[in-house]
Amino acid sequence: MQIITHRKHAVNITQAERIASAIGGGLLAVFGLQRRSPAGIAMGLIGADLLRRGITGHSYAYEAMGIRTAPRGQGSETTSVPYELGVRVDRAITIARPRNEVYQFWRSVTNLPHFMKNLVSVTVYDGDRSHWVAKGPAGRTVEWDAVIHNERPNELIAWRSLPGSDVDHAGSVWFKDAPGGRGTEVSVELQYNPPAGAIGAIFASLWGKEPGQEIQEDLHRLKELLELGEVLTVEGQPSGRRSQNRRGFGRDMEVQRASEESFPASDAPSYNPVAL
Amino acid sequence: MKAVCWHGTHDVRVENVSEPRLLNHRDALVKITLTAICGSDLHLYDGYIPSMHKGDILGHEFMGEVIEVGRDVQNLKKGDRVVVPFTICCGRCYFCKSGLWSLCDNSNPNSALCEKTFGCSSAGLFGYSHLFGGFAGGQAQYVRVPFADVGPIKVPDGVRDEQALFLSDIFPTGYMAAENCNIQPGDVVAVWGCGPVGQFAIRSAFMLGASRVIALDHYPARLDMARRGQADTLDYEDVDVVEKLKEMTGGRGPDACIDAVGMEAHGTTVDALYDRAMQAVHLESDRPHALRQAVQACRKGGTVSVPGVYGGFIDRFPIGAAFAKGLTFKMGQTHVPRYMNRLMQHIQAGDIDPSFVITHRMKIDDAADGYHTFRYDPDECIKVVMKPS
Repeated sequence: MQIITHRKHAVNITQAERIASAIGGGLLAVFGLQRRSPAGIAMGLIGADLLRRGITGHSYAYEAMGIRTAPRGQGSETTSVPYELGVRVDRAITIARPRNEVYQFWRSVTNLPHFMKNLVSVTVYDGDRSHWVAKGPAGRTVEWDAVIHNERPNELIAWRSLPGSDVDHAGSVWFKDAPGGRGTEVSVELQYNPPAGAIGAIFASLWGKEPGQEIQEDLHRLKELLELGEVLTVEGQPSGRRSQNRRGFGRDMEVQRASEESFPASDAPSYNPVAL
Repeated sequence: MKAVCWHGTHDVRVENVSEPRLLNHRDALVKITLTAICGSDLHLYDGYIPSMHKGDILGHEFMGEVIEVGRDVQNLKKGDRVVVPFTICCGRCYFCKSGLWSLCDNSNPNSALCEKTFGCSSAGLFGYSHLFGGFAGGQAQYVRVPFADVGPIKVPDGVRDEQALFLSDIFPTGYMAAENCNIQPGDVVAVWGCGPVGQFAIRSAFMLGASRVIALDHYPARLDMARRGQADTLDYEDVDVVEKLKEMTGGRGPDACIDAVGMEAHGTTVDALYDRAMQAVHLESDRPHALRQAVQACRKGGTVSVPGVYGGFIDRFPIGAAFAKGLTFKMGQTHVPRYMNRLMQHIQAGDIDPSFVITHRMKIDDAADGYHTFRYDPDECIKVVMKPS
């Protein structure tokens, strides 16, 4: 996970707030410096920063929290993640299948919930617009509309969320031939502005999973689906934990058993299903 | 069913748990007829391996009878007697197809966790912590075997359970350790550790053309067993190992050195005591005493082969000596499916009877005693096998 920063800072405070900040900060600084005490020095420093933020129009605190109160500038209609905000994730995986097969699977966006664990559903409106529902924090769902604004068949799918989304984000997935006949390299670049900004993302990664890890796990499930046809699981297996020893615990999916008729005759096995 | 469950350091309990079910289309269910405790199970018993949860079922060396197969398993049927490799392999990824079975991309549901810890995902293993998939192990009455069309091999009539069981892990492990030495005719091979893996490494080295094998350990019963495999033996407490090995090889050093000891090495030299101290305060995770000696003893241009399990980081590694000598290092988890059929043929031909390594036989109900004896009585106890019924 990479916190996005730039050297040239953007204005992210409204004009009115800038003026208030500059005046208030200036007064606080003067007041604080008149009192020759530690408290006075502290006030002086805080006042000086408020003054700085009023003059430059840039608040580091707002930047860290993903807040931008200033009106957005030119080009903002086609940008989902504003300048200087958000978190970026880059992950890649190699899949031993041909590039067009991997691309086609991903491009049919209704396939995505099969390997993206947090996705509940994707519904296509028309060609390149779709509606997405995902699991959010604390058991809620987040929703957004997305548009695929750039695609090159068998090479690239680039999408962004549309205004009104619960989470602003944009990303692209590239498909390249892996060297030496190893299959396809799938590279995902994702930029998103989580609800509490970069600080929110850091806290989320301390308490739960880092978003990069979730994407890596999703890509791994994609690899299993394409190479094996199903995702290997251990859910439903026995253990010495009390909660798992009730009969019937486990998956919805009914795994087909090979039928008796499909085997050649053999001596009766010693396993009697009834006896268990 | 009964199963041996981990409950903490030095705490294993035989408990009544639910039977396994088919969970994926290439699964099989096996009724276990014989299972064993491995030296690497002792790392779990001693609490060195992270990501164990209370209640996890242990065991990765097992064999038995197929009782049910999933829809996509064509090569096995109910009633087949099979021995199952401890590495779980999908058979379709780049690594399985290249013969690097223990590096399978797809058989570890917790590959992201494994990648975070080791920088790579490796194959899932039966009964060996959630880092390696959290699969229920085979020290139990029944087990679910994923990718059953790839791993398990059928045991021919005429081969007893006790002869076939060790194809699941320790025989291929010892054999791969010897194969990795790239033994040329006439070579002298030194083996650190006369536990079961070391014992198989000794016999495999001879099978692969070594003219002489020198085995190192401290416990008399293990050294005896090594001598029965035609090895010359050294007690590492009695001699300066590196000097003695030079002397025994005309001043050259062994052509290849096998570290069949791994991260919980014993020893009383200065560096071994350093390792103990560092480990006690969590500044070093592994004790590489045997590995250091192997590097120091090996002849220049030789090979150091490491089947012994390491988990973390080591200090004071003689990388300068290794570089000066131009050594080759080969290591890693065993690519079990690569060797099973070949070694089964050796067993059928009478070239080797792997049951020689068994010292203790018990019922699975006595597993806690089995672990305790294996851990605390290394002279009397070399290999414990258990019957689940």
